[in-house]
Amino acid sequence: MRERMRRQAVRTGLLALVGALAIVAAGCGGDDGGSSASIEGLGSSLEEIQEKAREEGQVNVVQWPGYAQLTKEFAEATGCTVNTKDGGSSDDMISLIQTGEYDGVSASGNASVRLMATGEVAPIDPELVPNFADVQEGIKNQDYNSLDGEPYGVPHGRGPNYLMFRTADVPEETDTWGVIWEDDQLAKYKGKISIYDDSIFIADAALYLKATQPDLGIENPYMLNEEQFNAAVDLLKKQAPNVGEYWPGDAAKQIQSFTNGDSVVGTTWPYQYVQLTGADPPVAVKALKPKEGTTGWSDTWMIYSQAANPNCMYLWMNHMISPEAQAAVAEGFGEAPVNLKACDLTKNPNHCDEFHADDESWWEDVYYWTTPAEDCADDDDSTTCKTQEDWKTAWTEIRG
Amino acid sequence: MLALPLAWLVIVYFGSLFVLLLSAFWDTDPFTAEIVHTFTLENFQKIIETQVYRDVAWRTIQMAVFVTIADIVLAFPIAYYMARVASRRRRNLLVVAVLLPLWANYLVKAYAWRTILSEGGVINCALEPFGLSFDGYSTVGLWLVFTYLWLPFMILPVYAGLERIPASLLEASADLGGRSFTTFRRVILPLAFPAVVAGSIFTFSLTLGDYIAPGLITSEQFIGTVIYNIRGQALPTAAAYSMVPIVVVIAYLLVARKLKAFESL
Repeated sequence: MRERMRRQAVRTGLLALVGALAIVAAGCGGDDGGSSASIEGLGSSLEEIQEKAREEGQVNVVQWPGYAQLTKEFAEATGCTVNTKDGGSSDDMISLIQTGEYDGVSASGNASVRLMATGEVAPIDPELVPNFADVQEGIKNQDYNSLDGEPYGVPHGRGPNYLMFRTADVPEETDTWGVIWEDDQLAKYKGKISIYDDSIFIADAALYLKATQPDLGIENPYMLNEEQFNAAVDLLKKQAPNVGEYWPGDAAKQIQSFTNGDSVVGTTWPYQYVQLTGADPPVAVKALKPKEGTTGWSDTWMIYSQAANPNCMYLWMNHMISPEAQAAVAEGFGEAPVNLKACDLTKNPNHCDEFHADDESWWEDVYYWTTPAEDCADDDDSTTCKTQEDWKTAWTEIRG
Repeated sequence: MLALPLAWLVIVYFGSLFVLLLSAFWDTDPFTAEIVHTFTLENFQKIIETQVYRDVAWRTIQMAVFVTIADIVLAFPIAYYMARVASRRRRNLLVVAVLLPLWANYLVKAYAWRTILSEGGVINCALEPFGLSFDGYSTVGLWLVFTYLWLPFMILPVYAGLERIPASLLEASADLGGRSFTTFRRVILPLAFPAVVAGSIFTFSLTLGDYIAPGLITSEQFIGTVIYNIRGQALPTAAAYSMVPIVVVIAYLLVARKLKAFESL
């Protein structure tokens, strides 16, 4: 009797296994959907969207930590509850959006171009996002938020990656990235340097080389030929033994180490700087854009092409570029708003000036994150650059 | 009755493992990182030929071995005291004390250790009067954290194993003239050994796969952190690399089975 039961269990198990493999195999075959221009279930007018959004009742978004603002007010006004999921890096965000569980994402340039290329995000109809008209013209229609002249999503805001240091340990007048790259400085701060843990940081090395070794001819720190790339990687390998911590998009980790003094200098987002200086008691740190310029980001809220709650997502995109939400996020995260109407609403009346929201010249040496491309993203056929894949492999080797 | 849940387990569990195994043979688009369904062995070639992947795997296995040894050394006296020395009341208290940390969130414990190991943390505070300092955010620091995290997983099976040894065997040993150390060495240790191996399965495999504690405590890479870091851009390589711990753990389980560890679980 027992023998029979066991045999039956084994047979059921095998059957189930075969079934599972069949399902898997079937699933592998048909995912060459490509991009779809219109999103299923989306209302065709603002009124219809608002009506349908009440039925959806929720929106699920992938965000950089701290991005979603005034969610309570949004839920009250639209009936859409906001569920957020934090991503720590652009790779993270892409993996999250690929699960199909989310309606949209706040994508940086190194995620957005990939998402547009794969059709995982859809173009938007600006007519249905009333606040889109208030977005700074200079930020619309860039290669990281549009494709073939069609806008993909709404710009969210932009900011620099800062050099940050504890003023107790590093001279206050420091204004160069040299403190994390030059030999004598590395020796001085050995074990106390805090570095962003993502392959995109190779661009920060390239940026420093661009300023200090003009012979290499680096123009765009994201499009590097073999020689330039190797020079950047060598610089990073020289830095690696001196790095105290790599923070993997986990802002809490870096905030903790700067608070207790385990890190004294490093690269950061304004978010951590805002948190550290706003802490009780405040931590004595300084953050700035060094003379060599810096890397940065210009982010975009994009809608997933198969969003389950497209109407709520449209309202969410509109909400995030409203003056109120823009003011809240610009101050909360520490970035420049893209809707300048927000500048009248910030708690610190000078916020927009301090973050140079309306000063294009300040942003000239801020290189927004983008995806490295083999064709160097230019029209010159003779040039080839290292791909994103090369960057990732190199980063694993740099970390050792 | 069992068929339905079993089928569910097989589909969900083997299905996802199968997808993982399968994706190790796919290629990716270098720009979008999308998976391209063309068969390739390049991913395996990459993890075998690239120095850094070998170094990281070796480092992780070493860590797992050292954590396991430390946990055995720490757990055995505690488990022995609980099973054979303590009064019933005290034993119950100790069981609760061992289980208690498991109720706290793993992340909270990892962050707490970051504070403990920090330059101004408890450990360095205690060492300071002696003119010593300890670099907590290092491999040694991580070894301490892992040893702490997985200790209950070693204590419990060893405790259960020791408790199962009938008192009559120990009396028989004493009657035959065995001193306490001889009894320990020739009766208790061989009987408790499978339980120790059972506990080591947990400590070893948990260390092998963890990616959160290494990311928080050290800047060194381990198998888990490498997979976590490359999965977004190079899922197939990550899948191929995840074969390393799978193979190591299977080998470990086979040895453990030989040592009769499963009978004491």
